[in-house]
Amino acid sequence: MTFSSSHRLANGVPDLAYKQGLRRNLIARLLTVIAGLFAAIAVLPLIAVLVYVLIKGGQKISLTLLTELPPPPGLEGGGIANAIIGSIVVTLIAAVIAIPVGVGGGIFLAEYSRGGKFAQFIRFGTNVLSGVPSIIAGVFIYGTIVTSRILFGNAYSAAAGGMALSILMLPTVIKTTDEGLKLVSDDLRRGALGVGASKFVTVVRITLPTAFTPIATGVVLSIARAAGETAPLIFTALFSPFWSEGIDGVFNPIATLSVLIYNFAIMPYEAQNELAWAASFVLVLFILGLNLFARWLGQFASK
Amino acid sequence: MSESKELYLLRRRPPSEKVVDVSFKYLAVTLASMVAVVLFAILIVVFWGSLESMGRYGLKFLVTSNWNPVDDEYGAFTAIYGTIVTSMLSLLIAVPLGVGTAVFITENIIPLRIRNVIGVMVELLAAIPSVVLGLWAIFVMEPFIRPFLEFLYATFEWLPIFSSPPIGPGTAPAILILVVMILPIITSISRDSLNQVPDKLRQAAYGVGTTRWGAVLNVLLPAAISGIVGGVMLALGRAMGETMAVTMIIGNSNNFSPSLLAPGNTIAAMLANQFGEADGSQVSSLMYAAFILMILSLAVNVFAQWLVKRLSLKY
Amino acid sequence: MPDSTLTPQPVSENTCISIQNATISYGSYEAVKNVYCDIPRGKVTAFIGPSGCGKSTVLRALNRMNDLIEGCSLRGRVLFDGADLYDPSVDPVEVRRRIGMVFQQPNPFPKSIYENIAFGARINGFTGDMDELVERSLRQAAVWDECKDKLNESGYSLSGGQQQRLCIARTIAIQPEVILMDEPCSALDPISTLKIEETMHELKKSFTIVIVTHNMQQAVRVSDMTAFYNAEAVEGGSGKVGYLVEFNETEKIFNAPTQQATQDYVSGRFG
Repeated sequence: MTFSSSHRLANGVPDLAYKQGLRRNLIARLLTVIAGLFAAIAVLPLIAVLVYVLIKGGQKISLTLLTELPPPPGLEGGGIANAIIGSIVVTLIAAVIAIPVGVGGGIFLAEYSRGGKFAQFIRFGTNVLSGVPSIIAGVFIYGTIVTSRILFGNAYSAAAGGMALSILMLPTVIKTTDEGLKLVSDDLRRGALGVGASKFVTVVRITLPTAFTPIATGVVLSIARAAGETAPLIFTALFSPFWSEGIDGVFNPIATLSVLIYNFAIMPYEAQNELAWAASFVLVLFILGLNLFARWLGQFASK
Repeated sequence: MSESKELYLLRRRPPSEKVVDVSFKYLAVTLASMVAVVLFAILIVVFWGSLESMGRYGLKFLVTSNWNPVDDEYGAFTAIYGTIVTSMLSLLIAVPLGVGTAVFITENIIPLRIRNVIGVMVELLAAIPSVVLGLWAIFVMEPFIRPFLEFLYATFEWLPIFSSPPIGPGTAPAILILVVMILPIITSISRDSLNQVPDKLRQAAYGVGTTRWGAVLNVLLPAAISGIVGGVMLALGRAMGETMAVTMIIGNSNNFSPSLLAPGNTIAAMLANQFGEADGSQVSSLMYAAFILMILSLAVNVFAQWLVKRLSLKY
Repeated sequence: MPDSTLTPQPVSENTCISIQNATISYGSYEAVKNVYCDIPRGKVTAFIGPSGCGKSTVLRALNRMNDLIEGCSLRGRVLFDGADLYDPSVDPVEVRRRIGMVFQQPNPFPKSIYENIAFGARINGFTGDMDELVERSLRQAAVWDECKDKLNESGYSLSGGQQQRLCIARTIAIQPEVILMDEPCSALDPISTLKIEETMHELKKSFTIVIVTHNMQQAVRVSDMTAFYNAEAVEGGSGKVGYLVEFNETEKIFNAPTQQATQDYVSGRFG
């Protein structure tokens, strides 16, 4: 007998019972336990981070925190209100730059390119750009916008920070637009072209609206990502302990939640450390909210 | 007949429509080109900025480890070494963890509902900003693992990599926080790749009488390998360029030490720390370091795309 | 029928697999209901019927392939040589090593042709001459001539029909006692289908074969016994539930069926 597994019991009934001690079953059980352990280890940090942020940050949340300026180093009290506004401003600037450029680029790739050399090059470039470390985007904007004071003679500014963030958003927006448009069935395009619609009308009135939800999902996710970025901001938007006022605020240094967390986490004062936790609470809530919104958008689309 | 024809006033395209059509196309092309423009601009700006330092130090910059703004002497070995060591070691830990987790949540070991919950949680972990993880690393993770690191020092002091006492921030905690950061990437991409393995292959494996793990190890993982490798390379790129959490926990020391328990540095952390206050030839040296980081991540990226193409199986 | 789950039901010596009052459900939805069927040893048994009648579901229940489908469960019993396949102590892996399966879509592993055969044999603890086993299996599946010069090439370098015969060879190589075939020719052209049918005539000398087919001519050509399944809407239930209408020698089913539904189906008035 060349097969070892065709045992039969005495009465001729095949022996199909699960044998604990069999080598393959031992290995399978061991591997299952290991994989389960790995999964637990993977989830553990998330729970730990969330619990700490919620508890340590959550207990600091108050009206003062959300409405007042941060205190000078070493002093108690105050809030993170200017950083909350700053984060929103910088992220909005980034979105205003990245969304039109990215959606336009994605439209080119999906609707006009027909897979030529140029399109391949752009796709490759998009991949490379998405792999560029975020700090490099900061270095780039510092080297071009900040040092040249090109924005009305201002060096560090909210606008510069927004530009740095937009570089990080751009590849994601292009990719989601490209992929979203590719999901639209060609029949729909032919249908529109068949009634004599121009390419422009087909794209703007038919394909883009059809692909709206996947694109919107990707854009929301990229905004969530940008809102939490710190590295591109520390020497572009810098930081400010004051309110940013009016349109002038856009061209001056601005506080953001992420940079505030960084600055205050490494300060040797407990009050500042606490504010860093509180800012983390606000930032994480904001980002997880955006993520859940994107998830909901995605599910909305699949219905 | 002729009357109904006249109802379609737009049958002949007005010139304005053609203009809109053509300009929209050129607008799209221009916007797409922005990617290339930005990419080249980044390369040129960083390269241009580093020219002075390149001219002064040449390749010696890569192997000398003094970083001294006072004497205006720069060598980036510590940071380059730190970048490679932290990213490689974190990958070494995260790959088995991530792939194991991916298998655990794609195969029907536990109920679907729990698997989905784990999947969502891992994805949410990817959404937590780096700076928040850095904060957590400083105040929670590092104090928590300190006894363990002290044990390593006490027991394995004779090993160069554990040859200094843990003092708080250091390379080892930086590696661990990097593991936390790249784990979601590896897990979710491995999970997607495993899910994309056609069901008929899974049936084939079970059909010839493999156990679940026989199917996973012999059929499913080999079939999903190209996607998994792609995810791993993506994670490597992310680990090399990761800035905030590492900056906050690695200690930012430019004195070279082979010990993982000692403070160290990475290129990204060095940039975050010094760029804002640097001037003169320090800026140029930082740009040089940034250029090296770009080349490293570019190389990983291109290598990844090549590898994925080579490894992809037909099925 | 008395519900005696403790002792095996007395089953005729000639019966290989005995399905006793099996009801298979996906979640709360019942796909097939109350199937009784004794599959004879050393013969080819065909399952026919309109789509959605549950014939494939019953087939997959015979080697516990349904375990892979979330929420799929079976009530009743399936006896294989007197052993209850759904006893809690049973290892489904052991079952599948004795009851092999050929699937609807050709599904070779992404490995070489040689490895496709050797893999299954190796995990089943084969200790003999592997080269010889590979050749014998490929010959038995009538695909040796097409494969012999490229044993180290990927299984995907073969055509669809050849891939399916490779899958049959892979199943033969593990020397099961029963081979289940789930519409093995539905994805193939007529010539490949013919070759596979010829292969089956060879195979039935050494194996018990159960085949699901939607092609009635094929059932006539290859099978000794035929089971006709049908589906009908049930009261209070959503969708249709399948059941076994008639099970008899193939000749009787096609020439002198006892049920009107069978008559309608085999004469093409239906489905």
